[in-house]
Amino acid sequence: MIELEQLTKRYGGTIVVDRLSLQVARGELLVLLGGSGSGKTTTLKMINRLVEPSAGRVLIDGEDVMTVPPATLRRRIGYAFQQVGLFPHMSVGENVGITPALLGWDAARIAARVAALLDLVELDPATFRDRRPAELSGGQQQRVGVARALAAEPAVLLLDEPFGALDPLTRDRLQQSLTAIRSKVGVTIVFVTHDMVEALLLGDRIAVLREGRLVQLGTPAELLRRPADAYVAELMETPLRQRRVVDALTESPQD
Amino acid sequence: MSDALRDQLVLLPTYLAAHLQLSLLALLLGTAVSVPAGIWASRRPRAGRVALGAASVLQTIPSLALLAIMVPALAALGRATQASLGVTVPSIGFLPALIGLTLYSVLPILQNTVTGLAGVDPAVVEAARAVGMTDRQRLRRVELPLALPVIVAGVRTATVWVVGLATLSTPVGAPSLGNYIFSGLQTRNLAAVLVGCVAAAALALVLDALVHALERGVRARRRGLVAVAALALAALTVHAAATLAAGAFSHARRPVAIGAKTFTEQYVLSAILAGRVAATGAPARVVPSLGSTVAFDALRDGALDCYVDYSGTIWATIMRRSDVPSDRGAVLAEVTRFLRERADITVVAALGFENAYALVMREDRARAAGVRRISDLVARAPELTIVSDYEFFSRPEWRALGAAYGLRFAAERSMDPSLMYQAVAAGDVDVASAFSTDGRIAAFDLRVLDDDRGAIPPYDAVVLASARLVREEPRVVAALASLERAIDADTMRRMNAAVDHDGRSPEDVAREFLAHVDAGSRPRVR
Repeated sequence: MIELEQLTKRYGGTIVVDRLSLQVARGELLVLLGGSGSGKTTTLKMINRLVEPSAGRVLIDGEDVMTVPPATLRRRIGYAFQQVGLFPHMSVGENVGITPALLGWDAARIAARVAALLDLVELDPATFRDRRPAELSGGQQQRVGVARALAAEPAVLLLDEPFGALDPLTRDRLQQSLTAIRSKVGVTIVFVTHDMVEALLLGDRIAVLREGRLVQLGTPAELLRRPADAYVAELMETPLRQRRVVDALTESPQD
Repeated sequence: MSDALRDQLVLLPTYLAAHLQLSLLALLLGTAVSVPAGIWASRRPRAGRVALGAASVLQTIPSLALLAIMVPALAALGRATQASLGVTVPSIGFLPALIGLTLYSVLPILQNTVTGLAGVDPAVVEAARAVGMTDRQRLRRVELPLALPVIVAGVRTATVWVVGLATLSTPVGAPSLGNYIFSGLQTRNLAAVLVGCVAAAALALVLDALVHALERGVRARRRGLVAVAALALAALTVHAAATLAAGAFSHARRPVAIGAKTFTEQYVLSAILAGRVAATGAPARVVPSLGSTVAFDALRDGALDCYVDYSGTIWATIMRRSDVPSDRGAVLAEVTRFLRERADITVVAALGFENAYALVMREDRARAAGVRRISDLVARAPELTIVSDYEFFSRPEWRALGAAYGLRFAAERSMDPSLMYQAVAAGDVDVASAFSTDGRIAAFDLRVLDDDRGAIPPYDAVVLASARLVREEPRVVAALASLERAIDADTMRRMNAAVDHDGRSPEDVAREFLAHVDAGSRPRVR
């Protein structure tokens, strides 16, 4: 479905992404995991050409993305990111319906699609469609951002820490929503996060990046059982240690 | 309501319409140029800095100078297009004013467009790219709407500036509310000045409110508000453009354009010329309050048809002669020949009086100091202050005075001629460079010092006519020629005093004069 071949990004003398190669299968959710400066966001943005590669290729269904005009390419690929970037001068409905509008869908079809998507992200269309983004909470804005990304029925969805700036409860709700959405919509997802637990919960497979290089690629279970190096082992240790702390608290006698 | 105020308000619709035309078209052009330029500049930061720098430099040019510079610039352009394409460009009036004001409106709009676009949240810009907008779609659907309040703030700043500065269109020959202010200051008509200022301020507020309403309507998507504001602005624009087009494309007889410089005598004389022209049945139009050389250039280039100038002025500033002959007739003859041969301008009539530069002092001070002649002044000058209009100290007559008498004053000051006489009368300054026919000499009890060494050239008032007028309107030229020797210095001085001292309008004084001439009696002006 998505193939990265020797994908490289340089800014001046600095190499941000270094000869990265991997494949994402149709319908899979691949997590790009790494700390800041690992190149995970840059890698993601090279898939829809928000960042142009210095070398290497990105193929989607065998087609080199560099051969497709950027605007055309991006209308086929959903994209949501931590800052959300809702258009403040448009209503929620207009925000969600923007890519279909750019594609020239008729008004009735856009309205139906917007209603269906707001339902999907668990926002009541009648209540929210005509509101302005400024009237929404952070979590509601993130939901609208995901709905906007899904609007034109993309085969590929790129998510860059879409639940990053939210409180834990809201974040948990949205993660469950995403899992529910995946069960309804057969979409291929590349998901960027620095959060180990989120990666383990959501990812079919996880690609661990460090300083622009692929350190390990595998299922959550594989990463937990056979970390490729000390860095991955340390990453995996964090949730396990947290679990032990939580277990200890629940097993200790209560007064 | 006082008569003075009512007299002024009669002129209001004309001046207001002209002012509105100028301001609105300048703002429309300014916006049409600056918003795209701002978009372009924000896409190319380095070129953008250059563009903003250039606009800032334009802004530092004093506004009156910027407007005045347009006149010779357009005249040069006109000569070039005349030679190459056979098309003339008007060098005075609407065009130079419009260009000057448009240039002035560029900076605030350009600056705010760049600022507004730079202020759009980068996350929103990224989202716009990510949802699949092309650069153009992103600009139109996201960046411009979000930058709109800032851009409109720039347009509003420009609106207030342009409406205010449009009053400075008067000296380059475009009628505006400035006519009230310039002629009012000159003829000591406070009502006129007040009407001009209040009307300009009110117009600025109304236009600003309309632009603001338009922006609020667009932002809040209130169709009604947008429609009302847009309709009002559109109606004003259409009215302005229609009046303009009617002027440009009408095949009606071109009115005879009569110039007047910025002092009382010129207003009275232009009204007299207009009366004479109108008596032949030809339409006449007075273009008042022109800068001194603006009037001459405009006549030479055909933008003006006639006005009154002075032989000594032509001698010194146009012919650039530094010798000072004392023979009035000889100077007049030489000036006449020069104008005919070198500028295709005809001296139609010598009016019969001189309006020369003269040094004046307060009568009581002159008497106390025993000063009757300029040579009496020489010994005392180092303790005295002299005041003059803006140009005198840079004119050859001043150098001639210096050379002939060796005058050296303690201080030299320039100020508006309308305030100069008052300054001498009040004793704030000792000596002024006056005009010998000025009504204020008598009104303020000033003494004219005798030019005993003949340093100042003669200044015969002459009616000058353009080549076009001589060619196309022989009856008008004949009517103007009948003014030959019709006004003596005493009559002129009394007419000036009637305006400056008695507060009568120049038109009224001119009417009375013409009535006397037509009745065959010797003109008497109270």
